Amino acid sequence: MSDAPVTTSITQPAGAPLGPPSEGGGRGPARAALGMVGDVAVRSVGPIVLALVFGGFLLLALGVDPLTFYGDVIQGGIDFGAWQDTIMRMAPLLLIAVGLIVVFRANIWNLGIDGQFLLAAAIIAGLGPEMLDAGMSRWLVLLVLFLIAGAVGATWTILPAVLRARYGINEIITTLMMTFIGINLANILIKGPFQDFESNVPQTKSMPFEDLLPAIPGTRIHVGVLVAGAAAVAVWFVMSRTSYGLRLRILGANARAAQHAGLNVSRLIVTSFMVSGMLIGFAAASEILGIWGYVRADWNPAFGLLVVPLVFLARFNAIAVIPFVFLLSLLSIGGDFATQEAGLSNEFTLLLVGLILLFMGVTELLGRRRDLGQSYLPSRLRRRRTPQTAPAPAEGAPRPAEPGAA
Amino acid sequence: MDLLSNDFLTALIAGGILAGMPLLLAGLGEMVSERAGVLNIGLEGMMLFGAYIGFVAAYYGGSSWLGFLAGAGAGAALSLIMIVLCVRWGLDQIVVGIAITLAAEGATALIFDAEFAETRPTLGDVNRLSIPGLSRIPVVGGADSSNGSLFSQPLIVYLSLVLVVFVAWMMRRTHLGLNVRAAGDKPAALDAAGVSVLGTRSWACLFAGAMAGLGGAYLSVVAAGLFEPFITQGRGFIAIVLAMLARGRPVWVVIGSFLFGISLSISDALQIAGVDISTDVVFMLPFLTVILVLVIFGRRAYLPPALGLPYVRGAR
Repeated sequence: MSDAPVTTSITQPAGAPLGPPSEGGGRGPARAALGMVGDVAVRSVGPIVLALVFGGFLLLALGVDPLTFYGDVIQGGIDFGAWQDTIMRMAPLLLIAVGLIVVFRANIWNLGIDGQFLLAAAIIAGLGPEMLDAGMSRWLVLLVLFLIAGAVGATWTILPAVLRARYGINEIITTLMMTFIGINLANILIKGPFQDFESNVPQTKSMPFEDLLPAIPGTRIHVGVLVAGAAAVAVWFVMSRTSYGLRLRILGANARAAQHAGLNVSRLIVTSFMVSGMLIGFAAASEILGIWGYVRADWNPAFGLLVVPLVFLARFNAIAVIPFVFLLSLLSIGGDFATQEAGLSNEFTLLLVGLILLFMGVTELLGRRRDLGQSYLPSRLRRRRTPQTAPAPAEGAPRPAEPGAA
Repeated sequence: MDLLSNDFLTALIAGGILAGMPLLLAGLGEMVSERAGVLNIGLEGMMLFGAYIGFVAAYYGGSSWLGFLAGAGAGAALSLIMIVLCVRWGLDQIVVGIAITLAAEGATALIFDAEFAETRPTLGDVNRLSIPGLSRIPVVGGADSSNGSLFSQPLIVYLSLVLVVFVAWMMRRTHLGLNVRAAGDKPAALDAAGVSVLGTRSWACLFAGAMAGLGGAYLSVVAAGLFEPFITQGRGFIAIVLAMLARGRPVWVVIGSFLFGISLSISDALQIAGVDISTDVVFMLPFLTVILVLVIFGRRAYLPPALGLPYVRGAR
């Protein structure tokens, strides 16, 4: 778990691990490696299972058979070619996820996802038909629109980034406010300059289907999925194999240390914020140019907060996040079908994701306690391992001193 | 078009109070919690949960007071999660806050759809208390206007204002207030003085949850008279912003929430005055204002040094 200390600082009880972490009773390296894999599996899959079980009880309380429901989710997300929808839904989610990884690694919170996404979507949906009408070639239009979407997303992060870098203003608050402004601005654009007056509802003109992103041969899946995959690999490479990624991780691990090490913290904050916004803009481009071709007023898929937990589950690893994105995608495509079958509101996905996040915190905490030589079990129930760790420290108390030190 | 007519001004004040009260209540709670060092991002979820439970209680119990009580209880109950996970166990407050918001959004929408999707019941108007004499003053009186005005509001509004004064006094003049501020400014000092940091923070967090739930209940029981999924529409986040901008001063929470309330409700008042303006523009205005304020006065935004950091005794 080479990069774990950096990445899990989010859920770390600060200051707790002051002493050297005890090695779990002297396990051999092979067993330790095996234990680590098992550990990662438990900490990643455990919360999901717990959330599904807890959600199952809630379904029972609402008079829905949870097994049928979850079966419907899988059926609705896989069967009859629905797997292609599931894969396509992955494109924006994955792009958002890797966009978040860039900033979260630096311990910067970009929670303005929906605003960046919708504004980029509205602007390219408005410009696309105009550019096609002007006789530009399809490929040029698609390329330019992708770039515009990325630029819009990046632009929408500049203000929070500068406020954070200059004045240290909490970026959570500013990105949240920029999201509200962005959503309303997108609506103003759609109901104003970009509105298609031939349509009954306020929406932009639609781009003809044959001018959208092409499908991968033999499927309906548009190539935006490949873009998302490439972005995931690129982000993974940058974050783990380049000095820029290392700098971001140092900033995330300890901002003061980064400053003292001579890193240009302000520039790191602004650039990582803009890259994040750009990737979220790409997410909008892949969704609009891949599937819809237009944007309707008040359309808001609200992907933003849904993706956040996945990024944590994947330990901020751009490759590892892919299976989690698949799971969320399956839940949202299959969940629509399953909630319809069960006669429930389709907000069940939201609840599940919230629960996953909560249980993730708990699992992480328990795992961390075990790393520290404590046990998952309450102190009285477990067998003593080593004398040093026997008295479980009271909540918030310092770790007991080493015997020699006293 | 007459922007300064009495009707317009009355509608503006009434709308400002109606839309501002949830912000005021939740913002006041968040302010106390932030002062104690707990950044409660789950405020939106607590408001939503309070709105739903408050609505249900008022609907079945037939009394708005039951609704307020249940709403506050629901918000406080939800904040227990925050207390256990963040204050006691030291998990990240932002992650848990987002989780609470998401789970509350999902749960309330789900349960509401299962219970009330067909009927979509509404509550009756809440009785207003017109203060004798004062409520006869033209613009601020509002005894005859449909939504009231400054001196003709439900009792809960006056009680809330009393509460603001009480909290302001408590934070400034009492030991308890000092403890709360110390928990956010220098928790180690509070600990050394023999006061439990975790205990202080827990109570502050519980207060924030109860106030958020009460704000949500006001929203569903008084302001809207009904519940619908996602009824809070980001008001919890606005309340967080207000609390941060108020820099620990309850008076500024009142002023800020009233101004935000006005801009949230100004389109109705403008319609009375005969101006038709897109709600998108109007909804954007308060946020734009705050961003501008931040850009201009950014340097002066104050947050407690220990905000968002779990306290571990002996850690540096």
